[in-house]
Amino acid sequence: MYTYIGKRLLLAIPTLIIISIFAFSLQKLLPGDPILAMAGEERDPQVLEFLRDKYRLNDPVIVQYFYWIGSVLRGDFGISLRTNQPVLSLIAEKLPVTIQLAVMAMTFAFAIGVPIGIVAAVKKNTVVDYIANIVALSGLSVPNFWMGIMLILLVSVKLGWLPASGYEPFFRDPIRSLQTMIMPAFVLGLALAATLMRHTRSSMLTVLGADYIRTARAKGVSERSVILRHTFRNALLPIITMTALLFGELLAGAVLTEQIFTIPGFGKLIVDAVFNRDYAVVQGVVLCTGAGFILMNLVADVLSILLNPRMRAAL
Amino acid sequence: MTMPQTMPIAPRQSRSNNRAWRKLKANKSALAGLLIISFFLILAISAPLLPIADPVATSWSAIRKAPSAAHWLGTDDIGRDILSRMIWGARASLMAGVFSVGIAVAVGVPLGLISGYFGGWIDVIISRITEAFLAMPFLITAIALAAFLGPSLGNAMIAIGFSAMPLFVRLTRGQVLTVKTEDYVEGARSVGLGHYRIITRYILPNVFSPLLVQASLTIATAIIAEASLSFLGLGQQPPAPSWGSMLNVAKNFLSQAPWMAMWPGAAIFLVVIGFNLLGDGLRDALDPREA
Repeated sequence: MYTYIGKRLLLAIPTLIIISIFAFSLQKLLPGDPILAMAGEERDPQVLEFLRDKYRLNDPVIVQYFYWIGSVLRGDFGISLRTNQPVLSLIAEKLPVTIQLAVMAMTFAFAIGVPIGIVAAVKKNTVVDYIANIVALSGLSVPNFWMGIMLILLVSVKLGWLPASGYEPFFRDPIRSLQTMIMPAFVLGLALAATLMRHTRSSMLTVLGADYIRTARAKGVSERSVILRHTFRNALLPIITMTALLFGELLAGAVLTEQIFTIPGFGKLIVDAVFNRDYAVVQGVVLCTGAGFILMNLVADVLSILLNPRMRAAL
Repeated sequence: MTMPQTMPIAPRQSRSNNRAWRKLKANKSALAGLLIISFFLILAISAPLLPIADPVATSWSAIRKAPSAAHWLGTDDIGRDILSRMIWGARASLMAGVFSVGIAVAVGVPLGLISGYFGGWIDVIISRITEAFLAMPFLITAIALAAFLGPSLGNAMIAIGFSAMPLFVRLTRGQVLTVKTEDYVEGARSVGLGHYRIITRYILPNVFSPLLVQASLTIATAIIAEASLSFLGLGQQPPAPSWGSMLNVAKNFLSQAPWMAMWPGAAIFLVVIGFNLLGDGLRDALDPREA
């Protein structure tokens, strides 16, 4: 098991190097001179030259890359041009907000997607199944920022039940925090619920066709027990793996959801950094996202091994 | 010296295409998808011919008017006709969907063919880079690229196309790997056909179906991505209409003019559902296992 994880981590290194080159070259591709932006009104050639030297912009690009990656490896992602805060602490500050949003969204996704998926599989090719499929397709097709706007219109503007925007840290005021997060989490969770529903359905159908299910039925196990204990427990495996892989979708969805509901999370950090041309932040965010995604892939694989006795034996 | 009598023959495409077409026609949801897409396509193409208001003409006497006989879908915050902007916006959306997927296919498929067919170090390089890009969420790559290229509809299409490209590289490569070992490819190689002919005549036609399905589904994703980028201000620039940017303005007037937010989102939703229905239908129709 540990050798497997170790091997996978080693394999992640080249991928991370390529992502880091991408993150680094984004800045190089950019039109405009970052030094001019940094110097502001100052146009003295000597000052500009000093700044250029200081940030090693006179060195060959390859040398610059190695200086940059060297400090990244020491945990120094640079300083945000806008807030003058170290990028790493900026990310550490925003990430918990998005994690809270993501956990709540996942809860919604599971609570909606999995039961519907089970029912759709059990009632395959009936009206129930067709309706479930249409609902899932709609969930996948609706742009989540529009969904967010429509919910604000209905729940906040017309009914006045929930605040339209704002954010409260969970540990300062849990009730208020849940109130502000419940709509964005629902919006974000809906698309994931659709994906989960489809996977639950097909995974259930695969298991329902297995010999041991026929055996269970033949020995007179109640239908309820066949579905929940015999089928669902076995069908759950690919669903859990799938969940870890939805991380990317969750993050991308968070970008727009946080924008709509003005939640100061990781997604909003990305958009703000991109608009302010805050290179160091963009680079840090790209690197962290890539690393996080690779990690989640690894988690998904390890989980599927841990949960599946047959694969555990093969290792 | 005559040509060998037993030329390798790739599976006949025309007959299976007919069967696929029949199955597609029998698939109600795929037909519904096709119908929705055609509706928006016709609107988008005929936009200059339709008797509608100028999509960028402002009118200070018609600010944020609710839907009426004069303005069927109402007017926006500076008095522009929303129906007209919706119809012209369909152009931006469909163009973005088709062109960005076109870019992804045009670059991704050849790379996947090369990677899968030749193998070796070139495969290692292409696969590693593809994996790295697949490790980035699609929309985040697109946002980063669009921002660095500068905000415009064209750049948004390039950014989306480039971000979707790895999907096609991976899919094509995987398909080529399975087709490559088929007897008819072996046969083609044994009679001395060149790589180029083997790839274009024997491999490409046989990896075509899954690519078509993927393309249809990716157009749906790309349309949402364009709307998202325009919503963030990174796509279509004002005053030119786009559904995404219309939503961006509309969110500021939710309590005064809710209709501004309703139509563009509903249109995105419908078009996307159209391409998703078509993609799912194509998958069922082209799946050889369910012949």
